[in-house]
Amino acid sequence: MSAVLEKVAVNDEGYLLNPDDWTPEIAEAFAKEMGIELTDRHWEIINFVRNYYKEKGQSPTLRQISTGAGVPTKELFKLFPKGPAKKVARIAGVPKPEGCI
Amino acid sequence: MAEERKMAFICSKGNLDMAYPALIMGWAALGEGVDVIIFFTFWGLDLINKKRVDKLQLAPVANTSMKTGMMGFPIDMGIPQIVGVLPGMTAVATALMKKKMEELEVPPVREMLEMLHDAGAKLYACKMTVDMMGLTKDDFLDVVDDIVTAGEFIEMTEGAQIVFI
Repeated sequence: MSAVLEKVAVNDEGYLLNPDDWTPEIAEAFAKEMGIELTDRHWEIINFVRNYYKEKGQSPTLRQISTGAGVPTKELFKLFPKGPAKKVARIAGVPKPEGCI
Repeated sequence: MAEERKMAFICSKGNLDMAYPALIMGWAALGEGVDVIIFFTFWGLDLINKKRVDKLQLAPVANTSMKTGMMGFPIDMGIPQIVGVLPGMTAVATALMKKKMEELEVPPVREMLEMLHDAGAKLYACKMTVDMMGLTKDDFLDVVDDIVTAGEFIEMTEGAQIVFI
């Protein structure tokens, strides 16, 4: 585990306990752990998720990301393979998304 | 955990209420990083039939779970079957369900199928029922990957968890 992540508190599933602890370095470290190299497009989505959480107090679901951030489903699954909404939430330092769609 | 997990859904019903379980669970599975296969057979072919997908219906007849409370009435009581058979009741029930789904931001079946396809789910039509109903690949939505036999379905779902709906 990277040094950045050792200093921050996470829950059983690896999500930040306090979204305010988040830094871009933490995002980079989580992404690296998942084998994802963050590009500008990834950051657009991460920032969308952070803003969404700030505004609504909950993490966006897959569909809320794709319609809200204007990212086609296909691209979302390509950028964050195998479970995009959960992966982005973790990278963005917000809780695991709830909701079925 | 989910790295190797695979789920297969068999859709055998063409009613609007029975269309959603596989689509929603399949979508949830993809969100968890699980591979998804959906096999449409018998009436389930309506879900992927270009001419029918937007016209799926919910019938109140013989549906003992449909109570007046769902329609916003203060008293939650059963709907007499004799009322359910009146002309227009199926249309009313269908419109009600579509409205409720829209309120929950659940997309229509056609759009959900596109989402599933784009997220990597494989969608197949059952060869035997396709032949029985005199259909061809042209009758189906573009998101359908192929028409396969029951045997092929069993082969491709080796090790998968199978859900029959």
